[in-house]
Order: sequence, then structure tokens, then C-alpha cells
Amino acid sequence: MLQEESDLSLVIAQIVQKLKGSNLYAQLERQAWASLQRPEIKLQSLKEDIKEFFKISGWEKKLQNAVYSELSVFPLPSHPAAPPEHLKEPLVYMRKAQGSWEKRILKSLNSMCTELSIPLARKRPVGEQKELLNKWNEMGTDEPDLSLFRPVYAPKDFLEVLINLRNPNYENGDSLSFRTHLGLIQVPLKVKDIPELKEFFVELGLTTGQLGIDDSTQVPPELFENEHVRIGQKVLAEQDSAAAQQYIRQGSPTALRAELWALILNISSQPEDILYYEQLKTNVIQHDLLVDSLIYKDVKLTASNDDYYFVFEDYLYQVLLCFSRDTSVLGHFAYNSASPPKSYIRGKLGLEEYAVFYPPNGVIPFHGFSMYVAPLCFLYHEPSKLYQIFREMYVRFFFRLHSISSHPSGIVSLCLLFETLLQTYLPQLFYHLREIGAQPAGSCCVCFPSSEPDGGDITGRS
Amino acid sequence: MSRVSVPCHVKGTVALQVGDVRTSQGRPGVLVIDVTFPSVAPFELQEIMFKNYYTAFLSIRVRQHTSTHTPPKWVTCLRDYCLMPDPHSEEGAQEYISLFKHQMLCDMARVLELRLILRQPSPLWVSFTVEELQIYQQGPKSPSMTFPKWLSHPVPCEQPAPLIEGLPDPSRVSSEVQQMWALTEMIRASHTSTRIGRFDVDGCYDLNLLSYT
Repeated sequence: MLQEESDLSLVIAQIVQKLKGSNLYAQLERQAWASLQRPEIKLQSLKEDIKEFFKISGWEKKLQNAVYSELSVFPLPSHPAAPPEHLKEPLVYMRKAQGSWEKRILKSLNSMCTELSIPLARKRPVGEQKELLNKWNEMGTDEPDLSLFRPVYAPKDFLEVLINLRNPNYENGDSLSFRTHLGLIQVPLKVKDIPELKEFFVELGLTTGQLGIDDSTQVPPELFENEHVRIGQKVLAEQDSAAAQQYIRQGSPTALRAELWALILNISSQPEDILYYEQLKTNVIQHDLLVDSLIYKDVKLTASNDDYYFVFEDYLYQVLLCFSRDTSVLGHFAYNSASPPKSYIRGKLGLEEYAVFYPPNGVIPFHGFSMYVAPLCFLYHEPSKLYQIFREMYVRFFFRLHSISSHPSGIVSLCLLFETLLQTYLPQLFYHLREIGAQPAGSCCVCFPSSEPDGGDITGRS
Repeated sequence: MSRVSVPCHVKGTVALQVGDVRTSQGRPGVLVIDVTFPSVAPFELQEIMFKNYYTAFLSIRVRQHTSTHTPPKWVTCLRDYCLMPDPHSEEGAQEYISLFKHQMLCDMARVLELRLILRQPSPLWVSFTVEELQIYQQGPKSPSMTFPKWLSHPVPCEQPAPLIEGLPDPSRVSSEVQQMWALTEMIRASHTSTRIGRFDVDGCYDLNLLSYT
């Protein structure tokens, strides 16, 4: 139909525009120029010969992976009359809830700033810069006094906001009726039921092999494991992102996991990426931000070093401090219901040329934020690669876990899905937990860890 | 194709309900919105655009101008178009929708009046309607140009002059040159949109407190 064709052309045009600014575009251009020297490239069929050259040399595959990567994050084609905020979040009351939540966070951060008389950002003196550069690889050994800092918010504050989320057009009668939500989430988002989930996660079915189940010691490896590992190595040799994503639905061999995830996210450590990371490191050395102290405090409270279980504390600083300075993260706010906090250079209040985002990546870390990075430390040991993987995971997936949105993969839908499934298929357990007053634990505070006794919260109570 | 907005007058919604409207038990599940075009002659409808607000199903009836002296009759042009796949949940509840004339059941050549019939069978919602209703008709066609005679009626191919030995075929050369010219034009026209990556303003990142707007 005409409409679908014009939608497709629009998507293609937008992806081409995005890819034009990427490293891959510059590389392809260089390769094309260099290939003119080759004997098989003839002038009369220039376009076809270069395309053939790209196919043989593997560059077409790289382009395919880049397009696949863009499509994964591309927001669904929307109506031309829809304003940008509608793309971020279509439901008006959710936008408002996210807006007031953000305002609370900003107020909390501003009040911390004024109470402690610490500036939001400060240029480091040269001596301090040298010192930080020297101990860059062992920032965990630092023991700064962070007792005055409190986290901007803890997961339980966010849970409270989600519990109080209400649609003004929804009839929430006082008397119990079929329309009453028995769980914590009170908004009627569409969630999948078991038959739909079975279809969605078809690779988890009983008749399909899964690593983690069908490779246990009792099962002979010839039945599934050997073949699956062999296919995994082939997928990596082909360097095809889409194939890797399909393959990994049946589990990933431990030895191949790091490379497979990097392939699916289309991360390859090019010299430009390492340079970019070094630039971010320089930004960390030059400017000290208030959010750095929040990051320090969070890491110390949640994921500091333990001889047996976690030895990557220094990596967490190296990733999170750089993450806060990375302006490329700002791009994801086009499809995130959240918006980056704004400020002005001192003395230039209200002048748009002096408007900046704070922190530079627009993401204010909360208590528990380092949990997003910690598991990745077990897979990647090179800081710039670890950084790239985390950043890509954040702008594709993790941001949905701490913003108020109606997206089916957002935290509200996930909580509602959990509650609905529990209520439908384990009603006695659900009822029992409600009766004993363990409503938060029974429903979904399983995934909202309780805050530390020292953590404090957004209301100012400690 | 271009389109032109048609000024319309949207009358207030009328609820259709069985029995006594004043009872609070149960809210109306059917609303009717009449759309008239007081200052416009009968026109050809191109597109209807609106923002949904919790309407589950939409039907549209149209009254068209007939050339004969019979009074114009109401005809259904859209029947039970689904806006919300699950009327009890939020999916599709606040989306922007466009309906085009090729989706209609009848010809929309001389529209006089429209009647939108909104249905929301679920009792969960307090109210439902459609907002920001806009009607479009076909825009003016681009002015027709008269082509010079040699462009619209090319002469039959002349017999090509015999090729001189040693020179390449002229038609092949011209197609190659054409291709190369197209490639150079493309390179000239493209520009990158690389990100700058700097978060400070001229090396300074000394900030005021965060703004709330």
C-alpha cells in the first residue's frame, strides 16, 4: 500500500542520515576510494563493481550489522502530526508523572548542592588532575569522606511513585469490583498472558534445546551442546548481528558470551572508539562533577570489592565517571520518556547559547545505578570495551528500568506483568502474601532492593 | 499529494443511551459527533485526522450532495474501525490516527456533512472522545505545463552514423559519463551530521543550579 511504501522510504532515509555521521561511513568511503586501484573495478560499471567488492571483503556485512543495530533502537514509525513528546511517551498522564518525578530529583540535587556548598561542576586544579591521572587504575583505594552525601533517590522511592501512578480517566471505584487491581500497579497497561508469552519466547519451549538446561552433566553433549557450540563459533566467524541475536535465544556458551553480546550490540573496538574513551577520561580528569561523589557513594555502598565475589570496583569508577561525561548518550532521550536536566553557565541564566545539560550525559545516577555495570565486569576486562558495551546496553535497555513509561518493556509494564501472572496462575500465593501484609515483597519489591540504612531518600529522611 | 485543511464546525457530542440518561449506573458507550462545513461547497474528502482519547471503535457516516433533486441520504463510509485492540487496556488510547479516502467504503466526492459514531464498550473509562479533528481535501493540482512539441513527440530514431574505427561506441561512453556524473553529484550533495561531543561552552562548565522548566 502507498502508506507502507512511504513509511519504508522515510525509515530508510532516516537510517541513512544517522549512519552518515558514523565511523563506518568514513571507513566505507576510504575503502571505496582505495578499491579504485584494484583491477576488477571497471569504470563503466563502477557502482556494481564496488558493491561486489564490498560483499566479498566483508564490508557489506558490517553495513548490514550497522543497519540492524539502528533498526533495533529505531522508534516505531509514528504519525506525522504526533509531536516529539508523543514519541517519547504517548500517554499524557505518564508524561506528567515522569515530569514531576524529574522535578523532585532536580530539587533534591539542587538542595544537596546548596546545603553542602559544593558546586555542580568544578574545574580541577592542575595538581589535582595529575594526582587523579596517577591513581586512575586504583580509584577504589580512595576513601573520600562521603558521609554528607546522600543518594538522590533509592529504588523504593521510585517504587512509591509507580504505586501511586493513576490514570485520571480510569474508573477506580471505591468498592471492590472486577475492575480493581489487587496488585501494586494500578494502571491498565496491556500485558501478555501465558499463551502470548509462549509464542513470544518460543525458543524457551520444552522441545527446543537451551544451554543451562540441556547441557547439564546428565545429558550427553552430543544431543545438543556440541552442535550448539559449533553453530556459535560459526556465527562469530560470519560476524552477522542478526544471526547472533537469533542464535543466543537458545543460550550462549560461556566462552563465547562476551563476543556474542558485542556482535549483537554491534560493538567492535576500533581505534576511534578507544580514542573516544580516552577523551572521556580526559574530561573526567579536567572537571569534577557533583554526581561523581554520588557515583563513589553508590559504588561503595553496593558493589565495593570483596575478595571472593567481586574484584572489579575500579572498573566501575572508570566506566561510570566516563559515562557521565558522554554527550552521545543524549541521543537516546528521543525515545526515552525522561528528559535530561538543563542548566546555564553561571551568569548567563536564560541565554540559550549558554544552556548545557547536567550531567553531560543527562542521566543522574541513583542508589543502585552501579548494579547495571557490575555484571558486565565479569565479561569484559578492557575498560574501553566494557564502557562501550555498558553504554549500548544502557541506551537500548537499561534506561527503561528507571523511567515512567507505557512501553511494553518499561518497568511499569514489567511489574504489572509479574503481578498479573502471579495473580492468575498462583492465586493462593498472591492472596497469602497480601494477607500477611507482604504486599510489596509479594508483588514486585523482589526486584526493588531495600535501601541501605544509611542511604537516606528523596524526602530527606535518613 | 498536497492536501488542504477544510474549516469545519464540530458540534457537541451527543450520548446515546438506553433508558433514563440521568441514572448514574453505567455511562453511555456510544457518542455521536456531527461535523458540518458551513462555509465550504461540497468537496472531495482526502483525509480525516484526529487524536484518539479512549475511543475503541469508530464508524463514520457521510451525507453527500447529489446532482438530482433527491434529498441527500446518510451512507456509512467506515464501519467499526478499531482504534483500541483491547478496549480495557491503554493500547492505542491516545494515538494520532489518519483515515484516507481509499479506506472508505464509498466514494467521498461531494461531502456535505460527516457523522462520527464513537463506541467504547468498556465500563472502565470515565469518558472518551476524539480530539484535534481535522478534515483535508485534495490540494490544488500542480499547474499543467505545455511541453514543447519535440519533447512530447520525439522524432523516430535516426540511422546512427557508421562508427569510425578505433573509437569507442558513443552510446556506451555517454552512459558511463552519466553514471560518473551522478556519483559526483551525490558526493557533493551529501554532508555528514557528526556529533561534536563537547559538553562545555568554550571550556567553561561552571553551572547555576538546575532549571525546573
